Amino acid sequence: MSTQQDSRPAPEASDPSPPQPASHSATRSLLRLWPYVRPIRWFLTASTVSALLASLSALVIPLVLKNVVDGPVAHRDTGGLWRQGVLLLVLGLLEAGLFGLRRWFVARPLAGVERQMRADLYAKLQRLPVSFHDRWASGQLLSRATSDMYTIRLFLAFPLVFLIVNSMVFLTGIGIMFTLDWQLALITVLPAAPLIILCSYFERRYSAAARLSQDQNGDLATVLEESVLGIRILKSFGRHRTMAARYRAQAELLRGTELKKARLLADLWAVIVGLPELALGTSLAVGVVQVAHGSTTAGTLVGFLSTALSLRWPVESLGWLLAYSNEAATATDRFYEVMDARPADAEDGPVRDGSAVQAAPAPARDGIRLADVRFRYPDAPAGSPDLLTGVDLHVRSGETMALVGLTGSGKTTLTALLPRLYEIDGGRITLDGTDIREIPRARLRALVSMAFEDPTLFSASVSENVLMGAPDAPEEALERALDVAQAQFVRALPEGTRTQVGEQGLSLSGGQRQRLALARAVVGAPEFLVLDDPLSALDVHTEALVEQALRQVLAGTTALVVAHRPSTVLLADRVALLADGRITAVGTHHELLESNPEYRELMSGERTGGQAGERTGEGTEDGSLVR
Amino acid sequence: MSVTERDLTEAEQTELLEEAALQEPDLQEDKAPAGPGDGEDIPVPPGAPRALLRSLLGPHRARVVLAMVMITIQQAALQVGPLLVSYAIDRGIPALRAHDWGPLIAVTAGYLGCAAVATLLQRSFIRLSGVINQAILLEMRRRIFRHAQALSLDFHERYTSGRIISRATSDVDTVRELLNEGLQELLSVILSVVYIAVLLIVMDWRLGLASLASVVPIYLFTRGYRRRSQAIYRRSRTAVAQVIVRFTETMNGIRPVQAFRREAANEEAFAVSNGEYTDANAQGLLSMAQFVASSRATANIWITGVVVWGAVLVTQGSLQLGVLAAFVLYLRRLFDPVDQVAMFLNSYQSASAALEKIAGLLAHEPSVPEPGEPVALPAKTEDAIPGRAVDFDGVAFSYRTGKQVLPRFDLRIPAGQSVAVVGATGAGKSTLAKLLARFYDPTEGKVTLDGVDLRELSTPELRRGVVMVTQESFLFSGTVAENIAIGRPDASREEVEEAARAIGAFEFIAALPEGFDTDVRKRGGRISAGQRQLVAFARALLADPAVLILDEATSSLDVPGEQAVQRAMATVLAGRTAVIIAHRLSTVEIADRVLVMDQGQVVEDGAPADLVSGTGRFAGLHQAWRESLV
Repeated sequence: MSTQQDSRPAPEASDPSPPQPASHSATRSLLRLWPYVRPIRWFLTASTVSALLASLSALVIPLVLKNVVDGPVAHRDTGGLWRQGVLLLVLGLLEAGLFGLRRWFVARPLAGVERQMRADLYAKLQRLPVSFHDRWASGQLLSRATSDMYTIRLFLAFPLVFLIVNSMVFLTGIGIMFTLDWQLALITVLPAAPLIILCSYFERRYSAAARLSQDQNGDLATVLEESVLGIRILKSFGRHRTMAARYRAQAELLRGTELKKARLLADLWAVIVGLPELALGTSLAVGVVQVAHGSTTAGTLVGFLSTALSLRWPVESLGWLLAYSNEAATATDRFYEVMDARPADAEDGPVRDGSAVQAAPAPARDGIRLADVRFRYPDAPAGSPDLLTGVDLHVRSGETMALVGLTGSGKTTLTALLPRLYEIDGGRITLDGTDIREIPRARLRALVSMAFEDPTLFSASVSENVLMGAPDAPEEALERALDVAQAQFVRALPEGTRTQVGEQGLSLSGGQRQRLALARAVVGAPEFLVLDDPLSALDVHTEALVEQALRQVLAGTTALVVAHRPSTVLLADRVALLADGRITAVGTHHELLESNPEYRELMSGERTGGQAGERTGEGTEDGSLVR
Repeated sequence: MSVTERDLTEAEQTELLEEAALQEPDLQEDKAPAGPGDGEDIPVPPGAPRALLRSLLGPHRARVVLAMVMITIQQAALQVGPLLVSYAIDRGIPALRAHDWGPLIAVTAGYLGCAAVATLLQRSFIRLSGVINQAILLEMRRRIFRHAQALSLDFHERYTSGRIISRATSDVDTVRELLNEGLQELLSVILSVVYIAVLLIVMDWRLGLASLASVVPIYLFTRGYRRRSQAIYRRSRTAVAQVIVRFTETMNGIRPVQAFRREAANEEAFAVSNGEYTDANAQGLLSMAQFVASSRATANIWITGVVVWGAVLVTQGSLQLGVLAAFVLYLRRLFDPVDQVAMFLNSYQSASAALEKIAGLLAHEPSVPEPGEPVALPAKTEDAIPGRAVDFDGVAFSYRTGKQVLPRFDLRIPAGQSVAVVGATGAGKSTLAKLLARFYDPTEGKVTLDGVDLRELSTPELRRGVVMVTQESFLFSGTVAENIAIGRPDASREEVEEAARAIGAFEFIAALPEGFDTDVRKRGGRISAGQRQLVAFARALLADPAVLILDEATSSLDVPGEQAVQRAMATVLAGRTAVIIAHRLSTVEIADRVLVMDQGQVVEDGAPADLVSGTGRFAGLHQAWRESLV
């Protein structure tokens, strides 16, 4: 996938990527993995030791070959040949077995680390406040849970092990070469330094280009995603060409970066292939001269060249291993960006025992009370006014209060404060006299049941989706809730209430989803009910039926209902008008219609003041706004 | 000679790539049917993937041939090395002892020359193949995009957005992976095996054939591994799709998750998918471990056998020492690519599956095709009203499954008339609107605009004629102004602002942190559902169509917002033909005419006042609504 490697929250996702972190900080990042690595440290050690032994036996094999050529072959010693042959076989099998073992040791433990990290991330994310999720696109979180986890697992499996192993193999190999023939060894080792430097130079530039290409890939995916999600609008206005041009421009940008990557890769490989060949060619010539002069044997030359060849990879791999370690460090940082975020309950004051809520002595049946509640979104630009500037509202026990206000006045936001999806910035909210900040979240959310404006169904059966509101509710409660929400259509579904819906199931219409969300809210017969414009997507027939049934539910419940329409308002006993961040009027529908011009305008559209005229209708008289 | 660290680590690097491919989940593949009676995958016409590949490669034929030539020569130059070593030992040393420097200089020059050629060709090959690959990918992306845009709405509703997105992202990526890494690898491997085989047989046919016999057991191991890994690979893909679906669903629905205290239950469910995925991964690693160990062991046994036999031959005098040395060096290279071939087969499998899916999508004919010879709408006279007449002429519509939605009917809407359509969910209101917007074509009859069949209009002409505003008000990334300007991209800022003003959206937009230039996806760009619908309307005002369709487009508006829309219809859009599907009877009142639909048929048709005073369904509904307003 493509939307992966930006290390910051979504809003800045398309900005150029940050510079590579310095290596010491990469080490520090990787050290944070210790708590997860600790339980498997012995497996990792065993794996490293196996890899080391395997690599060393691979290094010894050329020496045995040298002995074969120099000893038995030169001296026509058949017995010696068999001994060397057996040795060769044992070493070969040892090497193969050890490399198998190396993987076997860590296969399950590492998969376990990945699972644990992902489970922790998921659990953490579920407990982070909604304001955190507002800031992070779900794709960004997803890439942390999938590709980043995978990068980390791979780092533990390969680069970590082979950084150790390859360095040791390299040193050992150089040692062997110097023992065999120090002059040849010198010739061969000389290019190693420029090779490592050039490799890491290219790797650095390459990973910068790779990061850029990942970002551009993400942007490309965004254009694509929008063009598919907004297909109705594009088709409506016949704008495919505009969008196609945008997509093409993005794709060409990406191609440019990919070609740059290819050029870097080409140069890198030229160096990787060229330099060692150069060294080998030279040492071959020098070696032949030495053999001819008798200062070394043919067997030594063969053994030397084999050893030199087998050292090529440990050297070349260093750049790659380091680059990968850097990437794993970034992935670890990204993981801890989420893990370090403060969970919703971190700032909680002393929490009373859950039972305290019912036992709360004072005004036992006080209903919902908001006093001087102030709120602004944590990500609101500095300097913008608070959204809620001091809301005072009392919903009496058993009463249904409608909440009305202009589009964008903060009604939905206000409803989200009751179950503490967002934390208020000032004032207090009490339920039956108890401050909601003193009620444990789980308990609070069991007390307050919600239906959201945008009804979300999860990949589960209809009954599971509805019974989310009350997991232990009996079958009759489910049936009753479906009846209240006029969701009888579910009985006609292929498998009735067991039909799978949501992302992986049957897709339902907006009105159908809204009715299931309503059923979910009422199924547990909650003490407090919060409904956000619960009937907006229903057609007139259904709306009337739902209203009728809902009235009975609301009769015995303390409820706050966001309403855009007179018909919904009529479900309520009283109405509160939200304007300019506070409640400006409370009363019955009729009282407010009589006394409050703003409410009248909101409900009937009759303009009463001169000021209202400026809100709308500035179109030119002849109706030709355009052309 | 034996397996060196290099072989294994390179193999492991290949494994990284291979596993990376595993990480590209195809969410939608395991998806259950997305709607009643549909959700079937599009059938892939036989040969379509191959034809697609041919048409993509076609323009680059010359470059492809050049690249092949390059890699052939490059491999040859690279494989010559050990041969030169053997020559140096067998000829160079004796010659040098006889004070003849000729052979040594020749060998050294040859070795260095080959190295230089191999290096330069390697570099050119990577660059050239980069150019080819990127051209192919660009063309493939472009085709998928344009095709997806051309496909009709009913296709999109059936195929789901996620699948199209994964076609153009993860499937294209899989193909790219193969193009970038796989093909080069495969070519090198095949060439090196062929070269080495030939060289070995030429140097000594006995040892050569013995060495090549190792192909048999190694082929068997590879085949066995491939079968196992394929099964594991499938399991892993399914499992990761599960993980991702659960994950995104939770994150996108975090409000209900927290409000309904689903955290613990979700964790349990997530643990199941997560465990399944982990298990598949561990299985994959274990089977890899087994394959590596067994194939390496085989290779090492074989090498030992050949070397010992070779040494025996040397002691018997029937083989030269230099030839044995060359054998030793070549054998190492022969067994190098065993792991890579297995990896390549895996990634080839997934890429060809991806290519098949892409080909399937591209082979799907748009069911609402562009006309071959478009007809223009009749020109408007100066004083005519801007609206156009709409005719449904013997129109009927059924789903592909055969289920009839609209039985045959006729309907005439004169130019400039506004028609409200009411009825219960599933009565066919939206289908009527979609036929008029030509999101669907009727199964029977025709829909005409001023007498011209919609099917004969080019897209730009059609969209000047008919524009539809729907209930879902998606905003594209970019500023508010850009979102409105989708209605008419060449509109000036003044026209955009005027359209917003006319719909009563100017104030809230101006109050955003950066006014009309506020990015809707960034900080402070919080726009409520009602406000989105106003933006959608402003877009339609700017497009200024002859016929405007509103499909439940006012559902989230409050009363003032709805009235602003009505005022705009009466002033800015006066004289346009309008079809309004509404839940709200308040919207209906401003219409010239009301159609009541039930089960696909128009059951009442008349002016609002007439229907209200009658005794039909509309009168009953209206009565109930009136009462609710008191």
